[in-house]
Amino acid sequence: MPPAAAPANPTDEALAALTSERFTFFTGVADSLVGPLIARLSEGSSPRYRPAVREDTAIGFAAGAYLAGGWPCVLMQNSGLGYCLNALTSLNLIYQIPTLLIVGYRGYQRHDADAPEHLVMGRACEQLLTTIGVPVHVPAPGALPGAIHAASQWMREHRTPSAVLVRPDVLGGHTA
Amino acid sequence: MTVREAVAAVTRALTDELVVCTTGFISRDACAAADRPGNFYMIGSMGLAPAIGLGLAVTRPSRRVVVFDGDGALLMALGTLAMAAQWKPKNFYHVVFDNEAYASTGHQPTPTREVALDAVAAASGYARVARVESVPALTEALAPWLAAPGPAFLLVKCARDAAAPSGRIPHAPPAITQRVMQAAGASA
Repeated sequence: MPPAAAPANPTDEALAALTSERFTFFTGVADSLVGPLIARLSEGSSPRYRPAVREDTAIGFAAGAYLAGGWPCVLMQNSGLGYCLNALTSLNLIYQIPTLLIVGYRGYQRHDADAPEHLVMGRACEQLLTTIGVPVHVPAPGALPGAIHAASQWMREHRTPSAVLVRPDVLGGHTA
Repeated sequence: MTVREAVAAVTRALTDELVVCTTGFISRDACAAADRPGNFYMIGSMGLAPAIGLGLAVTRPSRRVVVFDGDGALLMALGTLAMAAQWKPKNFYHVVFDNEAYASTGHQPTPTREVALDAVAAASGYARVARVESVPALTEALAPWLAAPGPAFLLVKCARDAAAPSGRIPHAPPAITQRVMQAAGASA
């Protein structure tokens, strides 16, 4: 009987998708749900991930990287989307500056109903992004690489941001 | 010295720098002084000029990046000073035109009569910090300030400008993006 294949590591798969889509610039603000990805991008002597102080600042930092020829990705938790609304609507969407948003989906289906601060944005974030013109992917476990490819494709075609919301069961991060 | 005069003086000292111009009259004054293809004129997202400049600077270390910021705009995202100090891009030059007011919306006061932004930048860890209060002092300071490595911060204290504002930016935002990317040598 052949040995069973090792189960795929979802963080490895996401990194492979980001590499194959040629993302070159990573910034953002800490989040536990996308924490495994931030941790891996922060490894080494010259880490690819450069943390920002607030989520809208990360959007600006990423926009500058794009203007210089980079292909940017911003990681954050969905509570940071509130800060980003003005940056997305009066910078990225009107200047046609694409950015991949990888966003921890706190409050997803009220899974952490004991954290009241997650509930309102958890209920609203998909609609909020869709309303301003940022398409949203909410991949099931195993589907994160496909969502990254689709989001990058949108960025190439429309020159505007696209978002991937990361459910608590996708990367194995936690919501504490 | 008005912001308009100060922006014109700094613009005269520039060569091939990429310049991020903050929202409001500062972008309009920069465009009126010289409509350089390397100027990124912001019409929204107030406060993000130094963040955009840092993204340019760390991605394109071979090019000098200058930020034309305002006191009100800098105060909106003061934490960006910590990012400049953290990444220490040698090619990052942060000019703040400080007229102690939100001039573009009717000159409502900001707190910078009491808050010394150059001291804040120094405490944040900028490699070099300078302050000027007249056009001759600014003109004299610029060449050596731009010649030495960054991250550098220049506070330009300005007075109220009573003249009619400079004209609006004549380019559509996507065209501004394209121009700056070409000036930066980035393939759009």
